[in-house]
Amino acid sequence: MSFVIHRLLLLIPVAVGVTIIVFFMIHLIPGDPARTILGIHATAPAIAELHREWGLNRPLAAQYWLFLNRLFHGNLGQSLFYQVPARTLIFGRLPVTLWLIIYSVVLAIVISVPLAMVAASRKDGARDQAVRAIPLVGLGMPQFLTGIVLIYLFALRVHAFPVGGYGSGIGGHLRSMFLPSLTVAIGLAPVIIRSLRVSMIEVLGSDYITTARAKGVRGGRLLARHVLRNAVIPAVTVLGINIGFLIGGTLIVENVFAIPGIGQLMIQSIFARDFPVVQGVTLVFGVIVVVVNLLTDVAYTLLDPRVRFGR
Amino acid sequence: MTALTGTGLPVELPRARSGRWYRQPALVAGLMVTGAIVAMAIAAPLLASDNPTAQNLGATLQGPGAHHLLGTDQLGRDTWSRLLYGARVDLRVAFIAVLFPFCIGTFLGSLAGYFGGWVDMVLMRLVDIVVAFPFYVLVIALVFVLGPGERSIYIAIAIIGWVSYARIIRGQILVAKRQEYVLAAQSGGLPTYRIIARHLLPNVISQAIVYALSVDMIQDILAIVTLGYLGLGIPPPTADWGSMIAAGQSFITTRWELSMIPGIAVVITGFGLSLIGDGLADLLRRGES
Amino acid sequence: MNAALLEVRDLQVRIATRRGVVRAVDGVSFDVPRGAALGLVGESGSGKTMTLRAVLGLLPPEARITAGQVIFDGQDLVPLSDAQLSRVRGSRVSMIFQEPMSALNPVMRVGAQIAEGPVVHLGYSRARAAERALELMRRVGIPDPERRLRAYPHEFSGGMRQRVMIAIALSCDPELILCDEPTTALDVTIQDQILRLLARLCGESGVSLVFVTHDLPVVAQICDRLAVMYGGQLVERGEASELLAAPRHPYTLGLVRSAPDFDEVRESLVPIPGSPPSLITPPPGCRFHPRCAFAEEDCQVTEPPLHLLPGGRATACLHDERCLQAAP
Repeated sequence: MSFVIHRLLLLIPVAVGVTIIVFFMIHLIPGDPARTILGIHATAPAIAELHREWGLNRPLAAQYWLFLNRLFHGNLGQSLFYQVPARTLIFGRLPVTLWLIIYSVVLAIVISVPLAMVAASRKDGARDQAVRAIPLVGLGMPQFLTGIVLIYLFALRVHAFPVGGYGSGIGGHLRSMFLPSLTVAIGLAPVIIRSLRVSMIEVLGSDYITTARAKGVRGGRLLARHVLRNAVIPAVTVLGINIGFLIGGTLIVENVFAIPGIGQLMIQSIFARDFPVVQGVTLVFGVIVVVVNLLTDVAYTLLDPRVRFGR
Repeated sequence: MTALTGTGLPVELPRARSGRWYRQPALVAGLMVTGAIVAMAIAAPLLASDNPTAQNLGATLQGPGAHHLLGTDQLGRDTWSRLLYGARVDLRVAFIAVLFPFCIGTFLGSLAGYFGGWVDMVLMRLVDIVVAFPFYVLVIALVFVLGPGERSIYIAIAIIGWVSYARIIRGQILVAKRQEYVLAAQSGGLPTYRIIARHLLPNVISQAIVYALSVDMIQDILAIVTLGYLGLGIPPPTADWGSMIAAGQSFITTRWELSMIPGIAVVITGFGLSLIGDGLADLLRRGES
Repeated sequence: MNAALLEVRDLQVRIATRRGVVRAVDGVSFDVPRGAALGLVGESGSGKTMTLRAVLGLLPPEARITAGQVIFDGQDLVPLSDAQLSRVRGSRVSMIFQEPMSALNPVMRVGAQIAEGPVVHLGYSRARAAERALELMRRVGIPDPERRLRAYPHEFSGGMRQRVMIAIALSCDPELILCDEPTTALDVTIQDQILRLLARLCGESGVSLVFVTHDLPVVAQICDRLAVMYGGQLVERGEASELLAAPRHPYTLGLVRSAPDFDEVRESLVPIPGSPPSLITPPPGCRFHPRCAFAEEDCQVTEPPLHLLPGGRATACLHDERCLQAAP
């Protein structure tokens, strides 16, 4: 428990830092931010209005305070394009992205665990070399390309899945989101496989596995109760570290598959020059990563009794 | 090599490997593949058959043929030439984009590693904050904010990419600063910057270089290509693999090669760089043992 | 029933390493009668641990049994598959390891680990196995067993963990327990407790023991027969008290001289000079000859066979009578 509290405390400066970076985005805009953002709509009164609303005339610290204040009240600004609170837009689409994230994690695990097991069981064997070769090709493949290939193969040539969109109803969602989630999962799998394989090899070579074998435990029971339970612990950590990558992947995939999540919203808002929404989505993404990291830490505590009960 | 039979159970013995770099299959293969691509990119003006931006609306969406080695796109531009010039742009930008994070990250990482204390703490918090954002989210947001164009890409990648180098260098220096030669330099009254720059860094920089040439370079190429795909990269009409893939996506059922050819080019480039990275890493490890 | 419970015949284990093939166990033979405790003694690298592991087929992946037989209750275990061996492991023959911290699964509760044997081999239900675990924990002297049942290994001290290991080893009422230096990693006082525990348990249930160690006083406390190993080979065999009182091999003599004895204050401890032999290219002839004070010319040439002496003893020294003249 104290471990979790400790991690929570470490999170506070990060959370603050995240808000600072997001806040600062507006000041990175060359020239007058209001003018640049408004673009062709940049009339003098509109510019003045934005200046007032964002407090651009006041000192930086005051601006930040204003920003933070609004944040605490759940105000993420007003969409310039849709004229509704950015919050409404973002939270409206958030469930879709969350769906995608969870589905992707599940698929990534389903792909990685068996492959890692195959590789670890006969280290340096033919199957192991094959599994280790996967990252070599996989690393060079951009996620959007994987998505396009999957669309081509499974949606266009063979009409097994829809080309994009979210679908309706649970079944529809599962079907529509399968290819996109698979795309993200394929992007993440090499990293998970690599670390899971290493930790499984380590576990397989450890003394307590010899003890278990000396007890006559073998096969499925050995794997499930002894090997996996120990091997997943470092793998959970790796998953947590790479969650940023996974979430970034959903951003791209949403745009390849035209999925109405916050990733698509972000790109659309960029082209619509809807700064508040872009800023809001960036913030939400950052928060998601921080929260997921915290959840990973909690999961780690639950899985490893040595951490839970201290030393 | 099998040894020993006895009860007929052969036992495989591991092969001895030499440390010569040209005997490393991965490194050699990687250098050849990447070298070929770089050579083609450099020689683009010689190898291309047309101006990559020249439109020919009378000859759109043609397949491979006599005039156009790989066909034309929806505006009649020659795919082969665009591929070559696209290689130039993407590789050049990726290469330059790697340099800034490398320098910034190495500098900050050595400070954090050498001085420790609050310098280290502050830096690590900074790292945590940057890392809290998914890479693409931040890159895209920054490119948006800074405006379109090459310069924004460099700045955005510099702001985000220094983190990996800082971590690597910091870790290496934390270990290396306990070595005898550092103590010797310190007891000799050498100024700190000299100790770090001339004594520590040359010894620890190898891992960062491997990272730069392989992982980071791949990541940057992918980032540039992805930005191009999303329409946020180098503005048209400059040829760039990412935008080529995006443009080709609409025609994928009829002219799938418009998207796939630049796609394959990206994958091969990534593959070559991975091999180099693996080969270098192996070489380093052998050198250390 | 005259046949011994365990008969090891000419066992050979080879290990493949980058530097060559290691002849870890090179023609070792010994018997373990029912109800007896055999001590397998030697320095590290003598092959004693490998011998033990070979009995249950638990060798590391680079090692193989290349010759010999391991006959347990009339059946040769060597040609058996892993699946067939697992039926023997834990149920009829169990094993205790040296490092209790790393030998217990860190994420599994102690009670579950003890109960696992009965569940797998004896078909016990979880409830019944848990009861058995409780009973075993009491038997090995773990205090407050009801609460400790649900604890994790890292919550126990070294000595307690070793007791857990012993409980695991006893869980299916085996006929033979193989002990791989179970007390080496423990404090001297705890060592003593564990040894007494083992001796008592074996006395009570008639379980046979094979006890591997490099520590002579330990083995003297618990074993009635000894087998001394050097350089992957067996160099002397016999009844424990006789062997220690009057060794018939220079290596055993050296071991006895270099071992501290708490009952008698010795004049001085005399270590054996030199270092263990290479198991890849062992010395020609008798493997001990480079370090042997009594070595003669023939020792460098002929590999001495294990020859029998009166009183059920055996030694692999060409000039074993020299040892009689030297006082330990």
